[in-house]
Amino acid sequence: MFNFTIRRLILTIPTLLFISFVIFLIVKLSPSDPTGNLPLTIPAEVREQIREALGVNQPLIVQYLKWLQQFFWIEPLIYLENATGWDLGAGDATRLISYQTRSPVMDLIMQRMPQTLWVVGTAYVVGILIALPIGVISAYKQYSVFDQVGTFVSMVGFSVPPFFSGVVVIVLFSVIIPSDSFFWLPSIYDTTHRVTDWDSFVYQFRQMIMPVMVLALQITAQISRFTRASMLDNLNQDYVRTARAKGLRERTVVLLHVLRNSMIPVVTVIALGIPSIFGGAIITEQVFKVNGLGQLLILSIQGGDVPTVQTLTFIFAILIVLFNLIADILYGLLDPRIRYD
Amino acid sequence: MPRGDLSDQSADLSALQPVLDVQNLKTVFKTRSGEVHAVNSVSFDVKPGELLGVVGESGSGKSVTMMSLIGLLPSPPADVKDGRVIFDGVDLLKADAKTLRSVRGGKIGFVFQDPMTSLNPVFTVGFQIAEPLRKHMGLGKRAARARSVELLELVGIPDAARRLSDYPHQFSGGMRQRVMIAIALACDPKVLIADEPTTALDVTIQAQILELIKDLRQKLGMAIIWITHDLGVIAGIADRVVVMYGGQIVEQAPVKELFGNPQHPYTRALLETIPSVRGPREDKLNVIEGQPPIMGAAPTACPFRARCSFRHDRCDRENPVRRTVGPGHDAACFHEFSHGA
Ligand SMILES: Nc1ncnc2c1ncn2[C@@H]1O[C@H](COP(=O)(O)OP(=O)(O)O)[C@@H](O)[C@H]1O
Ligand SMILES: [Mg+2]
Repeated sequence: MFNFTIRRLILTIPTLLFISFVIFLIVKLSPSDPTGNLPLTIPAEVREQIREALGVNQPLIVQYLKWLQQFFWIEPLIYLENATGWDLGAGDATRLISYQTRSPVMDLIMQRMPQTLWVVGTAYVVGILIALPIGVISAYKQYSVFDQVGTFVSMVGFSVPPFFSGVVVIVLFSVIIPSDSFFWLPSIYDTTHRVTDWDSFVYQFRQMIMPVMVLALQITAQISRFTRASMLDNLNQDYVRTARAKGLRERTVVLLHVLRNSMIPVVTVIALGIPSIFGGAIITEQVFKVNGLGQLLILSIQGGDVPTVQTLTFIFAILIVLFNLIADILYGLLDPRIRYD
Repeated sequence: MPRGDLSDQSADLSALQPVLDVQNLKTVFKTRSGEVHAVNSVSFDVKPGELLGVVGESGSGKSVTMMSLIGLLPSPPADVKDGRVIFDGVDLLKADAKTLRSVRGGKIGFVFQDPMTSLNPVFTVGFQIAEPLRKHMGLGKRAARARSVELLELVGIPDAARRLSDYPHQFSGGMRQRVMIAIALACDPKVLIADEPTTALDVTIQAQILELIKDLRQKLGMAIIWITHDLGVIAGIADRVVVMYGGQIVEQAPVKELFGNPQHPYTRALLETIPSVRGPREDKLNVIEGQPPIMGAAPTACPFRARCSFRHDRCDRENPVRRTVGPGHDAACFHEFSHGA
């Protein structure tokens, strides 16, 4: 297992290099002008100077290597310096700068990370916690009323996109319900809000309800269906009959023997879905005005902010590769039949 | 209980009180395409220490009968409609779930057909053997482990103590079946039900498992119900044989009597299908023409009549009940065969 992990980690290097190059090319080759958003009054020769200063006139390969160096070397070095207080000589190196805001891309990302992690991460956890019992019960009581309702709700969760369900809950809870009612919920996520006491905690809780609900609906639909299918697969296996023939309680049979086997693919799917916490909630963040990573990506695309788009996309790619590896390792840990070495 | 020549014992066996007494068992499956009457008024008993062979083509209801006995069939679709199963003075069909669980794996052990799928792939063999020990005998961790080692040694698994921490996939098919037998015998059952335990194994392994069972029977003295579709296997080990066809018992006799003086056309046909090693080589294997019936309703005529060469008019109108045709020997057929024919 250890050797396997090392081998796979080494293999991720060429994979990531290739992905980074493709991302770089796609973003670079898109017909977007970094000075396009500047006021029209700026004369052409000044624009040219700005382009020169941004380095966009250099050969592509030079720009690519510079970006790599900044991403993999200078930025980590700066974070290390800030964290430890040592002087590693990164102080005057040029950082990855956003065209739009003129501030370092990494700082932008770090500012927005907590909002995304809070809202989308909570939704993911909530979704899983709801999905697992639903999946287990619907499989065990296949075709029961519970299962039928579960199937219907999952269908809805699958087929209704968040930009629709988001608007529906906003209309319901922020518009129709009067704002002095207990059930009224804020439709805009206030990221400047700080939790300092009980009341501010309650407010934070309330403003998270709607975005979390919308996202969790999707996640619950997916994971509960998957859990159900996996449980059904296993409930019909011969070893379940053996477990019953031993005189074990039904609860032990289902929650120990069957569930332990069913969780192998489910855990893998959950691990593979984690990168989407960072990137997948783009639409939902937009609907509820959560200024997280998804919103940052959309604004940067609209503003032709090449460094930010490149860097964000590449970070999502790294997360996907990383969690693929983690899923593989988890699979090996959970299933004794799999031996990678 | 040491045993002498089996045939000498069969006489005094009949005087003993049965350890398991099944009367008029009926099991119906309700499926979307209608009912399947898999078991129709099956009655038989097993004496302490006796080895009862149950033979019949696949689909004749052998497995369903045994699973009905201790409530192992999922309901729906299965419905055990009628009958009594007296074990230890209790009717298992009326017993509550708790009593039933204490019988399963405790006083009645089960070995199933396919050892490759009958063990749970994600738990160690040690864990799976210890489960019934902890459950029924209340053993602690160490005592259960000691007993597990003993059991594995009993069923002939070398290096038992070390192999407890191995997973099922690390064992060969024959070894896995030995593990299954160890699990079934864990709590010193009074009855061991072995449902085609050698069918999935190759011939040399089959012979080893047969030897093992003979040996264990000598040592432990439990009653055994041995299900097979192979009369050849039964001849070597059984005291008494029950022949099943179309969900019914069509003939029942001590083993020598059955082979020497079969009184049901189906039994006769089965005996003819055994290829003989001695004597002139036959060009063609004997087969019973036609298909076993799938009983869509409770039978009102002899289920074997379509394939029978001794068919009477009466066979279409009436389902023959078992009548005594010799000492300890009964058959469900209207035709009278001359003795020894
Ligand atoms: N779950 C089920 N649903 C419907 N019919 C079944 C089911 N299980 C078994 N049967 C039917 O019961 C009959 C007896 O099956 P079984 O006892 O498994 O035969 P065998 O003698 O080979 O062990 C067969 O006709 C089979 O089709
Ligand atoms: Mg069977």
